[in-house]
Amino acid sequence: MRLRYLALIVYFGFLLLPIYWLVNMSLKTNVEITSGLTLWPQNLTFANYVTILTDQSWYSGYINSFIYVAMNTAISLTVALPAAYAFSRYRFIGDKHMFFWLLTNRMAPPAVFVLPFFQLYQTFGLFDTHIAVALAHCLFNVPLAVWILEGFMSGVPKEIDETAYVDGYSFPRFFLFVFMPLIKAGIGVTAFFCFMFSWVELLMARTLTSVAAKPIGAIMTRTVSAAGMDWGTLAAAGVLTIVPGVLVIYFVRNYMAKGFALGRV
Amino acid sequence: MRKTESNKAWLLVLPVFLLVAFSAIIPLMTVVNYSVQDIFGPGEAYWVGTEWFKEMLRSEDLRGAFVRQVIFSATILVIQIPLGIAIALAMPAKGWAASLSLVLVALPLLIPWNVVGTIWQIFARGDIGLGGWFVNDMMGIGYNYTADSLHAWITVVVMDIWHWTPLVVLLCYAGLRAIPDAFYQAAAIDGAGRWKVFRYIQLPKLRGVLLIAVLLRFMDSFMIYTEPFVLTGGGPGTATTFLSQQLVKIALGQFDLGPAAAYSIIYFLIILAASFVFYNIMVRVGRGDRA
Amino acid sequence: MPALEWMNWTLPTAAFFAAVGVMLLFMTALELAWPTVERKGLLPMATTRGDRLFIGLLGAAFIHLGWLGFTELPLWYGSIAAFVWFTLEMRWG
Repeated sequence: MRLRYLALIVYFGFLLLPIYWLVNMSLKTNVEITSGLTLWPQNLTFANYVTILTDQSWYSGYINSFIYVAMNTAISLTVALPAAYAFSRYRFIGDKHMFFWLLTNRMAPPAVFVLPFFQLYQTFGLFDTHIAVALAHCLFNVPLAVWILEGFMSGVPKEIDETAYVDGYSFPRFFLFVFMPLIKAGIGVTAFFCFMFSWVELLMARTLTSVAAKPIGAIMTRTVSAAGMDWGTLAAAGVLTIVPGVLVIYFVRNYMAKGFALGRV
Repeated sequence: MRKTESNKAWLLVLPVFLLVAFSAIIPLMTVVNYSVQDIFGPGEAYWVGTEWFKEMLRSEDLRGAFVRQVIFSATILVIQIPLGIAIALAMPAKGWAASLSLVLVALPLLIPWNVVGTIWQIFARGDIGLGGWFVNDMMGIGYNYTADSLHAWITVVVMDIWHWTPLVVLLCYAGLRAIPDAFYQAAAIDGAGRWKVFRYIQLPKLRGVLLIAVLLRFMDSFMIYTEPFVLTGGGPGTATTFLSQQLVKIALGQFDLGPAAAYSIIYFLIILAASFVFYNIMVRVGRGDRA
Repeated sequence: MPALEWMNWTLPTAAFFAAVGVMLLFMTALELAWPTVERKGLLPMATTRGDRLFIGLLGAAFIHLGWLGFTELPLWYGSIAAFVWFTLEMRWG
């Protein structure tokens, strides 16, 4: 028993140390960072955070990221809900092949698509817009959403559908007012996963934007300049990208385990 | 669940199909078109047939990246899956400690991939990073991941373990919580030890989630790009250049559209074959569970 | 319709995708007329008609790639090998 907790503590230490180090650096001045190793900030400073939160070219990156992540989550859920219902309730021509095809898009390396994406979105006049990144991220988030939601929906007995239809519910009314409340937790978990994968992806987001919709991840590369690395600001920007994730995890912590268990074929 | 036979269900799937097709099929067609031509610009290209495929399949860069990729994926699977199971078993099952552990474990998953690279880039440096400093000064190993191939390789593997073991942990944790208490009680009555409980109760019940874990980890490690790009830039030399990185180098770095397209198709076919195998195993295991 | 010149269509690739499209339609029609039955063949799993087609085509693609990558022989030898494989897979796979 004691060994078990010791192992856990070691593992959590391994998880948290690199993050602690980032936070630590974000609260130091660049002079302190480069002049020697200090385990905690000797001259505590919030200047790095002030730089990011007051400079429009910095904080706009966060706003851009939030906009396309929100768009992506909304789109993914809207289209995935009916599709997942179809997969969980009906058998139709090519259903298995369709599901497999969706899954391959989740597995395909973004690098394969990046090249034509640039031109595709340019052609449709979507380059450097939030919706472009949101649509591109649908490539892997929609299949994932269908996959997880299908698992949750299969857990709802079919008798509920049948009773509702007998009671005279139309499909849209049944779906919105009876069925969706039943799988609330599943929708929450799916939204969490969509948020997560859209938030952490950078290759596509960077390729499809230049100025107006540039994500924070791409802006962070700015800290490399002729004058050397601006480590403090880089670390502060990194810490700020972790904060939304922490908040989201906190809200879904009780459903998270369930979501993983049910997300199956 | 017994399913109703109805092709009208297609109408419900149609939005998903159209949306994903827009982002998947048009680019795929474009890639196929590019792969057989030498592209100078829109509408300016001449036919080269299978020349690019030949060139790419024989290129030392691609073969090297492929071998490194396979070794990398195998390494992280061998470490992450057992480690993930062990951590999930050790995690408390209920109470505030369970919530806290879940939040902590999930943390690395929510960090943007380039920031993961940045965190490790800083942490592993000998001069300003705690990890690099510890290995260098406390253990007395001349560690420098920017200059030594082996060190760079180990750093990337450790980073991936840090980043993705939580996914395996969460999957296994969810699987473990789904085992009814009655199973454990029955085992206690039979006098089964810790190992027997694991071997005959927990492991079989984890089969489904473990399969998903292996599938996701294999596929995601096969397309790893951002983290090593930030951490090592693929170097030193090509020591940590994996398939995606090599592809981006050709496509966006050198702008060799034809070869990059041929490369993409080879890459995609490998992924397709692997997905198909995994998918079929998964469907079969799923059926076994229900029967 | 926005200009799609950048896609650089060629006759052979267009024919290729048309063939894929026709094949999908044909398989759907076949399925509607004579629903497939899963069967166990040479492969270690039960397959439907669609599965066999997919495995056959994927295998043929890999045979071509292998031919290009590892031999100096003309590609159409590889095509013959791929065709033989494809027929075997469709009939007995």
